[in-house]
Amino acid sequence: MSAVTEPATESRTSDLIDRLREQESRPALVGYLPVGFPTVDRSIEAIKTLIDHGVDIVELGIPYTDPVLDGPVVQQAAQAALDAGVRVRDVFRVLREVSDYAPHVPVLVMTYWNPVLKYGADAFARDLAAAGGAGLITPDLIPDEGPDWIAASTAYGLDRVFLVAPSSTPERLRRTVDATRGFVYAASLMGVTGVRAEVGSRAEQLVADTRAAGAVNVCVGLGVSTGAQVKEIGRFADGVIVGSALVRPLLSDGALGDAEWADRLTKLAEVTEDLAAGVRSARTTAPDAPAGATAVPGEAP
Amino acid sequence: MTDVKLSDVSGPYFGQYGGRFVPEALIAALEELEAEFRKAADDPEFVAELQRLHREYTGRPSPLTEVQRFAEHAGGTAGAVRVFLKREDLNHTGSHKINNVLGQALLVKRMGKKRLIAETGAGQHGVATATAAALMDLECVIYMGEEDTRRQALNVARMRLLGAEVVPVKIGSRTLKDAINEALRDWVANVESTHYLLGTVTGPHPFPEMVRQFHRIIGEEAREQILDRAGRLPDVVAACVGGGSNALGIFNAFLDDKGVDLCGFEAGGEGIDSGKHAARFSGGALGVLHGARSYLLQDDDGQTLPSHSVSAGLDYPSVGPAHAWLHDLGRATYEPVTDVEAMEAFHLLCRTEGIIPAIESAHALAGALRIGKTAAAEGRTGPDGEPLLILVNLSGRGDKDVATAARWFGLLDGAAGGVAAEELERQEGRG
Repeated sequence: MSAVTEPATESRTSDLIDRLREQESRPALVGYLPVGFPTVDRSIEAIKTLIDHGVDIVELGIPYTDPVLDGPVVQQAAQAALDAGVRVRDVFRVLREVSDYAPHVPVLVMTYWNPVLKYGADAFARDLAAAGGAGLITPDLIPDEGPDWIAASTAYGLDRVFLVAPSSTPERLRRTVDATRGFVYAASLMGVTGVRAEVGSRAEQLVADTRAAGAVNVCVGLGVSTGAQVKEIGRFADGVIVGSALVRPLLSDGALGDAEWADRLTKLAEVTEDLAAGVRSARTTAPDAPAGATAVPGEAP
Repeated sequence: MTDVKLSDVSGPYFGQYGGRFVPEALIAALEELEAEFRKAADDPEFVAELQRLHREYTGRPSPLTEVQRFAEHAGGTAGAVRVFLKREDLNHTGSHKINNVLGQALLVKRMGKKRLIAETGAGQHGVATATAAALMDLECVIYMGEEDTRRQALNVARMRLLGAEVVPVKIGSRTLKDAINEALRDWVANVESTHYLLGTVTGPHPFPEMVRQFHRIIGEEAREQILDRAGRLPDVVAACVGGGSNALGIFNAFLDDKGVDLCGFEAGGEGIDSGKHAARFSGGALGVLHGARSYLLQDDDGQTLPSHSVSAGLDYPSVGPAHAWLHDLGRATYEPVTDVEAMEAFHLLCRTEGIIPAIESAHALAGALRIGKTAAAEGRTGPDGEPLLILVNLSGRGDKDVATAARWFGLLDGAAGGVAAEELERQEGRG
């Protein structure tokens, strides 16, 4: 159950991050979208768009009624998906289609704990592995509460991405790093997901502290929305995680016609390319203006 | 477990329930809170200050009132059943909530934080929190479902009078559960300056244990009072259970008295079969919500189901982990009481005793009536043929519920028969 008995090479996610660092000298771009938003089929199209335009690792969210670590953009998308009738099992269908489309792209599922508890941790791990999923990101499950998940993920060779925050004590960092497989998710600031003009200056310190606690790969998320921010964070992180900024172009008040949906995918592709340029330039040139000084395009919802 | 009294079991787990299912960002604050709570509990100065506030500000000890006319309806004949009410409704701010709020607010002062946030459903906990914030000069933000701010407009005004900011929550089902979500989001963002003053025995450790600690005074007083008045322990203790703080507060003093039945009454809403209820022990299953593992109303996917009750204070899809544990141990029993039964008991206490209870507490009164009637039918009495002794926690007063009652019973001039008649007809029609 410990990192000692599990060589890092067993994780496709950490293998990819290692390869990007060693061969391309750049961090990974991790892109989030929820399953079933706005419908299951369209969510598959949106995820393929992310992959086509430069996302390295996909984070697939399971919509949940009580997402306490999500801000307004992701909440609205999750609610729309639930209203449209998305089911937890739909995640496996999406995983299979995405794995067939892009077998080289690790897909992690981001889920609050109760849907997994209800499904059964072991059954969930089994079906996730069978569908080609790489593992889970669990925003409300700390390792202390996760013995069932640690056992199940070990049995099926899955990643378990736990979070650390600027408030984490050194002892908790060590505990979390020890339990993690794949990468450690470092919250850039104290808060929920969303689009922010500035990302906390504490992110760099947190990444350093998490490395000091033994982590090999640390990816930074929460509040990251522009290519410039990605570039800034990419200087020191092994990966940059973007969510709300990818969800936002897809939000709408009503159902979209095919032509409107195609426009939204075009916008999504543009946003993705901007972010992808950020990871690709993070370590090749000296950073110009700090990301915090860069204005966020568009209005925050 | 063998040497630990049930009343002293501490968190993070109560059997398989409880825990800390929250984002890592909150763990440091929860650890700090737990450490401060344990230090304060052993600090004579803290204990004395809280006792002073209870006495001089809240008006404790709250009285114990025997209600003979009400009891006749429970026992069928005069003297078959004796019912005593623990009068938490007479506390300052009108409910038991103040006990916990004062305890936590004193802790906040010790921790040096300047800002309180809290959730509220009916507004009782929000009012109590705003009260403590005013008393102790703390900034206060109350999250309340938009739906509830409309239903409880007067309590919104009360909180604002007391200096609190009330934020209507406009996402999800727009009720208590969503107010807690929003409070948790605020806390994650502002945890260094802010204390989340959770209002019941749910949430991540140490809240279930800490809130029980601040409410155990209810049972401790009641136990002494009833021994003094009736000369013996009660046969039954009855309380309503939403999150479960008033129930745990009164149960706790009797947990290790094997002869005392502990009966919790949940909101049966429009009946279990209707699906519109908040009866976690009848319609719920193991789940995690708002940081704790407990019984939860959820669908096959683990999505939280909306709860329903005429009383906003019981309208919550999960229940405190200590109650889940006591349920599984068989130490306490939990039964649903429908909206109709609760409103009948509400009316009965008004008419027989001149006490307007909170509709939440009326669920416990309805439970007491049910226990009394069952005992009469089965010939059950207290020891040696004495009257059956039922202690009810009257957790709050009903001023806030007058508008609901007026609508329910058709009490306003120009109003037609009220919803009660329709409701009865509808439920009977459904069989």
